[in-house]
Amino acid sequence: MILGIIEHDRGKIAEASLEMLTLARGLSQQIGAAVHAVLIGREIQALAASLKAYGVTRAHLVQDERFRDFAPEAWTKSLVQLIGSVRPQVVTAAGTDRGNELLARVAASLGVGMAANCTEVRPGASFGVTRLRWGGSLLEEAELLNEPKLFTVAPHAVAAQSSPAREFVTEEFRPSLEEKDFRVRVVRRIESEKTGVSLPEAKVVVGGGRGVGSAEGFRILEELAQLLGGAVGGTRVATNNGWRPHADQIGQTGTQIAPDLYIACGISGAIQHMVGLKGTKRILAINKDPEAPIFSRADYGVIGDLHEIVPALIEEITKVKAR
Amino acid sequence: MNVLVCVKRVPDTGARFELTADAQAIDTRNMEFTISPHEECAVEEAIRLIEKHGGSSTVLTLGPEAAAEQLREALAKGIERAVLLETDGSEWDPQATAQAIVEAVRASRFDVLLFGNECADGCNYQVGIRVAQALDIPCVAGIKALEIQDGKAIAKREVLGGWEVYELPLPAVFTVKEGINSPRHPSLRGIMTAKKKEIERIKLSKPQAQLVKQRLKKPAERSGQVEILGQGKEAVPVIVAKLKELGVI
Ligand SMILES: Cc1cc2nc3c(=O)[nH]c(=O)nc-3n(C[C@H](O)[C@H](O)[C@H](O)COP(=O)(O)OP(=O)(O)OC[C@H]3O[C@@H](n4cnc5c(N)ncnc54)[C@H](O)[C@@H]3O)c2cc1C
Ligand SMILES: Nc1ncnc2c1ncn2[C@@H]1O[C@H](COP(=O)(O)O)[C@@H](O)[C@H]1O
Repeated sequence: MILGIIEHDRGKIAEASLEMLTLARGLSQQIGAAVHAVLIGREIQALAASLKAYGVTRAHLVQDERFRDFAPEAWTKSLVQLIGSVRPQVVTAAGTDRGNELLARVAASLGVGMAANCTEVRPGASFGVTRLRWGGSLLEEAELLNEPKLFTVAPHAVAAQSSPAREFVTEEFRPSLEEKDFRVRVVRRIESEKTGVSLPEAKVVVGGGRGVGSAEGFRILEELAQLLGGAVGGTRVATNNGWRPHADQIGQTGTQIAPDLYIACGISGAIQHMVGLKGTKRILAINKDPEAPIFSRADYGVIGDLHEIVPALIEEITKVKAR
Repeated sequence: MNVLVCVKRVPDTGARFELTADAQAIDTRNMEFTISPHEECAVEEAIRLIEKHGGSSTVLTLGPEAAAEQLREALAKGIERAVLLETDGSEWDPQATAQAIVEAVRASRFDVLLFGNECADGCNYQVGIRVAQALDIPCVAGIKALEIQDGKAIAKREVLGGWEVYELPLPAVFTVKEGINSPRHPSLRGIMTAKKKEIERIKLSKPQAQLVKQRLKKPAERSGQVEILGQGKEAVPVIVAKLKELGVI
């Protein structure tokens, strides 16, 4: 049996969990095993029922009155107890922050290996996986030796596809937990206020790098983004120099974006920046160096000084829009 | 207060890299080395904790002799002690790495143990968590704010639409994300002192891995030719036409 850990927040199942179930279903057909799901938290009955459409035949509902927000040790202990009782061959989760953390904790408790962010699994005499390294700019083929096999599924590696299971049951699981298991827990949540278009959702992103030169220099990028209804982002050079807040950093240790158009200004095209653009449809690069590596990864290029080109572009777009 | 920070030496690949012929590693000839931005922030956080609360800080790495360079960088910024768990330079899986770190620190009394959320090259998302569980101390992963008050830690983690706030007792492990602070540059004096500092070394031999690397592969890249729209300001009308064609204006 394959056990998939389902991530949910405020009554909604994470898309990445549905992708995980899609990959798990493919694996289940190869090894002739059922797919079970596990959900932790309160009011999860209705959520669980929606998993039948993704091929889940049994959902384990882990319940304890003390579950509110995330309590990693209590959740981990619950999962380890469930695993001890239902004995899956494979335990998997989405390769999100939470999924990777939970599975790492379960792996540590069981004393087994764990492969993070897999895009493919190959059951057989040995259990092979392909996983993302370097934030996705490198792939690794590896083998997981001991049992059960633990891996997370990289977000967007497979598209979520429904395929209803013939039967479906839910089963309550009551873990045995002590007060001590709640020593790490979320004591409160702070909602952040929404301002403007967020980077991950923006349809157009104007990005700036070292070539922008200063915090002041980003003004023209702001202006261009505003004209196009988009958001501003930057490279690590821009955030490290304090020209932009870290929240605006695009790349391996920053945000992942997926706009229709990314306008890269004064950016060389380092791999750790480019992996943040995986979902981007088109890239337009403005760079004064014709040899800049960004030109071999962009769709459109303009060679020249961004401090000349961007203001002229703003002027022209303003004119066109006024017509 | 005693603070430990763990870092990993990785190549600074820049814009292009190739694999070695046996596909076991990145070809690092002519490359400089660095640590993950998450770990740079963990180092900074360690220095700030000591500046604020007093005590001693230690940086630790498991890697080849050459990784002493990354330890010295941390020393130059203000970390006090450095420990090198010396290997033959081949890659260890995260379980073995965590086990070696646990054995090296078990006898020491660290109040705060800092890790990156994930290392730059392996992206395993687990070494810090494994160390915490083996030592049976609490851990919060992926934090972007940390405060210590009356022997208690308050840590914040960014989630969709806001922040989660955790309160927990020390000793504790935290895995850190870039953005928690802005790391300082070392001073010239720091660099000079770091050069003379002794690095504690422990030689280790590699145990059996549970996640066994077979080979590395480069993913398919964005292909196709770049269309050069022009040079300088003269390109502006062409850019505008393209933006119209793409439907963004
Ligand atoms: C583990 C790791 C993780 C990392 N994570 C990230 C990450 O998440 N995000 C990220 O961005 N980086 C990340 N980096 C850093 C990354 O490797 C690069 O150092 C960084 O992206 C380079 O930023 P840049 O393009 O702004 O600067 P540079 O590489 O210095 O490029 C500047 C470019 O601007 C051009 N230019 C200069 N002046 C002008 C002008 N007036 N007009 C037009 N063009 C001009 C130059 O020709 C040059 O091509 C990471 C690095 C490591 C090792
Ligand atoms: N070889 C190593 N030496 C010291 N610390 C390490 C090593 N590998 C990983 N770490 C630490 O563990 C964190 C998470 O690594 P990983 O689980 O491999 O992604 C890193 O950011 C480092 O802080």
